[in-house]
Amino acid sequence: MHKALQLEPEKCTGCLQCEMACSYENEAVFNPSKSRIKVFTFHDEGRFAPYTCSQCSEAWCLHACPVEAIVINQLTGAKEVIEEVCVGCKVCTIACPFGTVNYNSDSGKVIKCDLCGGDPACATACPTGAITYVDADHTGLARMKAHASQSLPKA
Amino acid sequence: MNHVIIGAGPAGVVAAETLRKLQPAASITLVGDEPEPPYSRMALPYFLINHIKEEGTHLRKQADHFAKQKIKVVHDRVLGLDRAAKLGLLASGSSIHYDKLLIATGSTPMAPPIPGIDLPGIFNCWTLADARNIATRAKPGAKVLLMGAGFIGCIILEALAQSGADLTVVEMADRMVPRMMNDIAGHLIKDWCEKEGVKVHTSTRVTAIRKGTPHAFAVDLSTGETVDADLIVSATGVRSNIKFLEGIGLETDQGILVNRHMQTNDPDIFAAGDVAQGRDFSTGEYSVQAIQPTATEHGQLAARNMAGLLGAVHRGSVNMNVLDTLGLISSSFGLWMGKAGGTSAELLNRERFKYMNLQFDGDILVGATSLGLTQHVGVLRGLIQTKTRLGKWKDKLLEDPTQIMEAYLASTQAVGFNAALMK
Repeated sequence: MHKALQLEPEKCTGCLQCEMACSYENEAVFNPSKSRIKVFTFHDEGRFAPYTCSQCSEAWCLHACPVEAIVINQLTGAKEVIEEVCVGCKVCTIACPFGTVNYNSDSGKVIKCDLCGGDPACATACPTGAITYVDADHTGLARMKAHASQSLPKA
Repeated sequence: MNHVIIGAGPAGVVAAETLRKLQPAASITLVGDEPEPPYSRMALPYFLINHIKEEGTHLRKQADHFAKQKIKVVHDRVLGLDRAAKLGLLASGSSIHYDKLLIATGSTPMAPPIPGIDLPGIFNCWTLADARNIATRAKPGAKVLLMGAGFIGCIILEALAQSGADLTVVEMADRMVPRMMNDIAGHLIKDWCEKEGVKVHTSTRVTAIRKGTPHAFAVDLSTGETVDADLIVSATGVRSNIKFLEGIGLETDQGILVNRHMQTNDPDIFAAGDVAQGRDFSTGEYSVQAIQPTATEHGQLAARNMAGLLGAVHRGSVNMNVLDTLGLISSSFGLWMGKAGGTSAELLNRERFKYMNLQFDGDILVGATSLGLTQHVGVLRGLIQTKTRLGKWKDKLLEDPTQIMEAYLASTQAVGFNAALMK
């Protein structure tokens, strides 16, 4: 059973612990700009939205990669960048319509969420439960509702 | 079912693999005319600067990948087709029978009509063989002249400059990457390259190439100048490989004409990638895009239709490019040049080489250009392709185009529990 990151913006306080944990886990630095999860701030509404790759089944990044540097981890379902294979051409960064593959100019390669191999540091670090790692099916009803409401014409 | 695919680039390989998934029992043959295993031209610049070995350019990394998938890879060149007999006529003298044929023969560099262009020592940078030739000659200090500062020219430019060569670029248009970048962005890229030590001549033509001493070439420019060069790399554009189809009744224009099923006027022949004149998402018109993401989209779609899934209709590919010129990263999407009657938002910081230009039709994003943006850039494609109504966020973007992710999150509903919370 695959698990998925469940992001609940209404619980997010914008503390950025997730970004610190992510950059430390993956890049060994406390540097939000190197994080694969990003908290977006809506100042005028006092709201925060954590956002990262949903490991979408279309896998736009994977299909756009010219050198097979993005592969599916069969255990977690995550689409992972193999850093040694990535040439840094950045085609995946424009192909991902969710904007969740980013170029890291320090390494000359791209980075994206890989679910930390099945133990996502952001979820562990989140003090308010805005980021949890749950059964992928558990999100099913919410996803269904999301899609249903998305399909309604907007006023 | 006997599927034959001509061309072992990304479109052909993705099509072969997609066909294998859909039709486990079908016969699938991939014909390519280069000696190497299928590889990516996108990766050649990185091979040129020795960041990767030749194997690093291969589209698939496992040596037995195609054998495992029961995809027969044939190294041969298709010289022509016999549509009545459904045969591909091969350079080796034999022929290959198909039930369904995919033409994914890509494109070839054009040689500009310049006296001396056929002198030995002038290379395209298109094949692995070209890249090997350039790599052995582009030594530190070597005088290299690059003709053409389009997308291909610019990705080679990066590699040539990094190899330590003394680089001069000559471009006919008034700016760099003219078919991908607007006036401001194209000029900023030129300024950046000059700042990085590359000599850039825009609005300039090479009028003649002559033999020289001690440097191999003396290159005459339309400005009256003559430039010495040890190596000349020509990247003045590519054209679809359709010549071998002349006279057999397949409809072509710039490329092979296809319908929304990637099907040609022969119902058993399909086309994909650089050779296909496919549907453009933004214009609804049919054009050759010649970009990697479109090639793989075409390949998938063609394969599904070859397998009889006629519901697989092409909605059109978004034209998009990303480029790294000596560390300055640029990208453009869709109708980056704007749409008649539309509005635009622009932010420019010339000193820091930061630029963002958004093009709207009503409250829908239809095109974008960015310089110096590496984070979340794909969302520009997402907003264009989903035709998301931005509502009040369009006005916010007119004030500050960098708020693109916030606009995206607020205007869409990220799947999961984000649903309905970000209205």
